[in-house]
Amino acid sequence: MKKTTFWGTILLAGCLTLSISSLAWGDSRSDDGGSYGLWSQKETALPVMNKAYQTECSACHFAYPASFLPARSWVKIMGTLENHFGENAELDAAGRQEIEQYLTAQAGDQAPSRFSRSFMRAIDSADTPLRISETAYFQREHRKVPAGLVTGNAKVRSFSNCASCHTGADKGSFNEHGIVIPGHGRWED
Amino acid sequence: MMKWNVVIALLLVAAGNAMATETVVNERQASYREAGAGNFDAARGESMWSRQQMHAEMGQSVSCATCHSGNLSTVGKHIRTGKLIDPMAPSMNAERLTDAAKIEKWFTRNCKWTWGRECTAQEKGDFLQFIFNPNNRR
Repeated sequence: MKKTTFWGTILLAGCLTLSISSLAWGDSRSDDGGSYGLWSQKETALPVMNKAYQTECSACHFAYPASFLPARSWVKIMGTLENHFGENAELDAAGRQEIEQYLTAQAGDQAPSRFSRSFMRAIDSADTPLRISETAYFQREHRKVPAGLVTGNAKVRSFSNCASCHTGADKGSFNEHGIVIPGHGRWED
Repeated sequence: MMKWNVVIALLLVAAGNAMATETVVNERQASYREAGAGNFDAARGESMWSRQQMHAEMGQSVSCATCHSGNLSTVGKHIRTGKLIDPMAPSMNAERLTDAAKIEKWFTRNCKWTWGRECTAQEKGDFLQFIFNPNNRR
């Protein structure tokens, strides 16, 4: 066999091995509980973003990932915008419908994403939670955070104010290493 | 030399924004007149802006100024969430009053929340006159 053919074959075999084993090792759990896909690229909580949702629903608060609630919760929220947690968040019919379609299509029980399984598993099928911060998974993840750093912190004020501490939230990352609590510093658990 | 090009470009952008605001305000006020409104008065707009009304759910009196400040050039603060709100004055915030749909959307929401009802065409025109032209300059 020619030398080039020999080395070419080795190279091809190596590439094939690498590709197939990446597929096999895809989706493995890592230390931080993250789900890793091909080439260690982490899934984010925001695989798809809708411009209308981003514009309309981050005027007052962080645009929460659709995957954090089941579709039925989003339907209820979008159907009661005139009394949206005490505020009037009315939209015109077309805008409301577009956003509701987006949210229900990307909801945690409709489209898999980084945290959808964790959130949905902890929600009883008889419940229709309206507040992400009151779901069991959220409360478990934040159980070690003292209230003084959040509700008692003038720069944060509420657990619904995700982006004030989670510096990568707008990109769908809630990684523990990206947490900086205003007035307090990095969160190292 | 290049610096002057930048200065001129920025002035044109500022002028463009100012023109956009005036165009949108004129168009909105024309539509309010068609709905039966009369002359628009910034002083009336200002007095409505700070008029307090009891809000049952908040358990306190509220007005436009409660969140947006009585001084249109300053940053406001949402009474419930504490979120900072950019100044209303177009002179401080070039985006203000440049989008008719946005104006109507916030009138619907905020009149209903603050006063428990939609604002009339007259009230909306007076509010725009106050925000756009607080000194009632012609």
